[in-house]
Amino acid sequence: MSTVLQDRVELPEDHRALRFLTAGSVDDGKSTLIGRLLYDSRAILADQLDMLERKSHGEALDLSLLTDGLEAEREQGITIDVAYRYFTTKQRKFIIADAPGHEQYTRNMVTAAAGSDAAIVLVDITKIDWTASPVALLPQTRRHALLAHLLRVPSIVFAINKIDTLTEPRPAFESVRHALQAFAREAGIEVAAIVPVSALRGDNITQPLQAPWYGGPSLLQLLESLPTSQERVDGSLLLPVQYVAREAGSDPDGTGQQPRTLWGRIAHGRVRAGDVLQLYPSGQRAKVTALRRAGSAVEQAEAGQSVGVILDRQLDVSRGDWIGTPETLLPVQRFGATLAWLDTEPAVVGRKYVVRHGNRWVQARIAAIGHRLDIATLQPTDAHELLVNDIGHVVVELGQPLPLEPYANNRVAGSLIVVDPASNRTSGALLVNVVR
Amino acid sequence: MNAPLSIERLLPALDHKHLDWLEEEAIFILREVVASFERPALLFSGGKDSCVVLRLAEKAFKSRVHGNEFKGRLPFPLLHVDTGHNFPEVIAFRDRRVAEMGERLVVGHLEDSIQRGTARLVHPLESRNGHQTVALLEAIEEHRFDCLIGGARRDEEKARAKERIFSHRDGFGQWQPKEQRPELWTLFNTRIRPGEHFRAFPISNWTELDVWLYLARENIPLPELYYAHQRQVVRRKGLLVPATELTPLQPDEQVETATVRFRTIGDMTCTCPVESNAASAVDIVAETLTVTVSERGATRMDDRTSDASMERRKKEGYF
Repeated sequence: MSTVLQDRVELPEDHRALRFLTAGSVDDGKSTLIGRLLYDSRAILADQLDMLERKSHGEALDLSLLTDGLEAEREQGITIDVAYRYFTTKQRKFIIADAPGHEQYTRNMVTAAAGSDAAIVLVDITKIDWTASPVALLPQTRRHALLAHLLRVPSIVFAINKIDTLTEPRPAFESVRHALQAFAREAGIEVAAIVPVSALRGDNITQPLQAPWYGGPSLLQLLESLPTSQERVDGSLLLPVQYVAREAGSDPDGTGQQPRTLWGRIAHGRVRAGDVLQLYPSGQRAKVTALRRAGSAVEQAEAGQSVGVILDRQLDVSRGDWIGTPETLLPVQRFGATLAWLDTEPAVVGRKYVVRHGNRWVQARIAAIGHRLDIATLQPTDAHELLVNDIGHVVVELGQPLPLEPYANNRVAGSLIVVDPASNRTSGALLVNVVR
Repeated sequence: MNAPLSIERLLPALDHKHLDWLEEEAIFILREVVASFERPALLFSGGKDSCVVLRLAEKAFKSRVHGNEFKGRLPFPLLHVDTGHNFPEVIAFRDRRVAEMGERLVVGHLEDSIQRGTARLVHPLESRNGHQTVALLEAIEEHRFDCLIGGARRDEEKARAKERIFSHRDGFGQWQPKEQRPELWTLFNTRIRPGEHFRAFPISNWTELDVWLYLARENIPLPELYYAHQRQVVRRKGLLVPATELTPLQPDEQVETATVRFRTIGDMTCTCPVESNAASAVDIVAETLTVTVSERGATRMDDRTSDASMERRKKEGYF
């Protein structure tokens, strides 16, 4: 057994954990599904199981109790926030961002969706009249899928739950599947998969469902095969400077200046020793003399990796600056974005906020609110303010230009948080749409 | 529960590729701390999680000479809160590691807080675990630390499962679960007012198994208590309680010698070992794969008191 750990292979990429969020309302069986994934992957241990048995009072185990939250929540019978759960299979590590389905739903889902690779939208088939024509989906199913789409979660999966209760599973599944496909087509949502499950009984969770009417993968097999988000490595380099370190004690040039290592995680592209790069905002150019990763020298690094860059010249660089391929950093001071408002104080047009983009904090204000989106339909309606849990289209003005890119192209360059300088609360999330 | 367990398929192989990803994330968070705060410190108790964080900090801020040897200095001191009830072997390990690495260690003594009267024990042998908070917050105030780096993991406990990677503390050091700032992408909101501080948890997304895999892969030194050894214990309420002066025998209890190891290390008064023959980190990985009781459930008397023990302590400013 001891040899296994020594055989370390340099792996290309996809050994990242898959981060996914689960979207569903209280009765859709979301907690049971998460409990089931944890239970079947043995992330639940005997003492936690004891607790379950005690609380289930002799009935069948209530797996939803595993995701039971804080005392503060139990007191009030609500779920406050996103909780993170973990399980591992032979194939990969999984991180579940469990967003509660009722209070503050949008806020929690935005938090869970930022950085998620996939969303599982639970559909409770017992609540749908699948014999109707056309089949009407539940409003929450539409809302959850549209939100995941709006937040650009890369893979959207529908899990049709409670199939164990059906006497005629085949026509029911087929009919709901067609309805979901029609809805997705109309909304422009690309669906990664539609799978039938019974979270309660464990059907089609780990082992594929053995039924003549279903030949697809189990939910877990599907999750094992979904891509983790990878930013592009070809094309230009974009690297936000996170931390500037000085090499203590060395002064090779005899100039009294110590060489500096510019650390940051690459947003897109790759960097090699010898590359000529340009800095923003100074505009200066310099050549890469050496690269470092986690304590050791390397020849190159690519998107998603943290790298330490040592340049051939001493330049004025600090945290928050950007390094890129020359002539590719195009800073803007005004842009269109989707704004998800998370604060109980409404978003005020014209007020100064601070925003964080990459590693830089700048002042900003909302120049105009275009409209608010109805999250059940994504239809725009006129609006002059955005309240907590609202999502709208806005125009933002920055106190200084920043090298933004549309969120659809790159998550790092296309995302900002809005902070209220009076309270320091994180008040909003901005996804860049139009750079002008 | 009709579904069959498919342990065979799900049993994670001794796979460690995802450790590179976890390491990358943790190092990113450590650099973020140093870049965002004026006076950070790293909580180092000699416990396994803090040993992992310490290694990650070496990788983030030093350069590797060879093997386990790094040159350079960490950009922050280490901080330990000594309750006076720590295992002496662990304190010795702590001091040895700090000396080997040439780092600066700040120790906050709970005994001092008791002398000052700021920490008040109900009786002399009461568990000092909860009282650590007083000494911790006093150390933060004295040294004006604005961010403490800790080794807490979200898989440990359900209050932790909801805590941010960068977790805000108010002027009294309190965690306010309902006021947590949404944490979006890695755009951490680390803005504070004077007197407030942050806790940063670089290994939030690691599980107990990940920690042991990493300890094995990186060959990280640990206190010997973590590996199988002979120890005098008594069996109490399903736990093995170390027989020490601080944990006196109760009527009808028998001391026995057992082969045990510790899965977590806290105070002598509240940390219990488990029976095990695992003598190396790899043995422990193998054992963790087949283990059936959660880490805190098996070892912590203080977390058994109620479902909400950790949440209550955290709200008061605990680690």
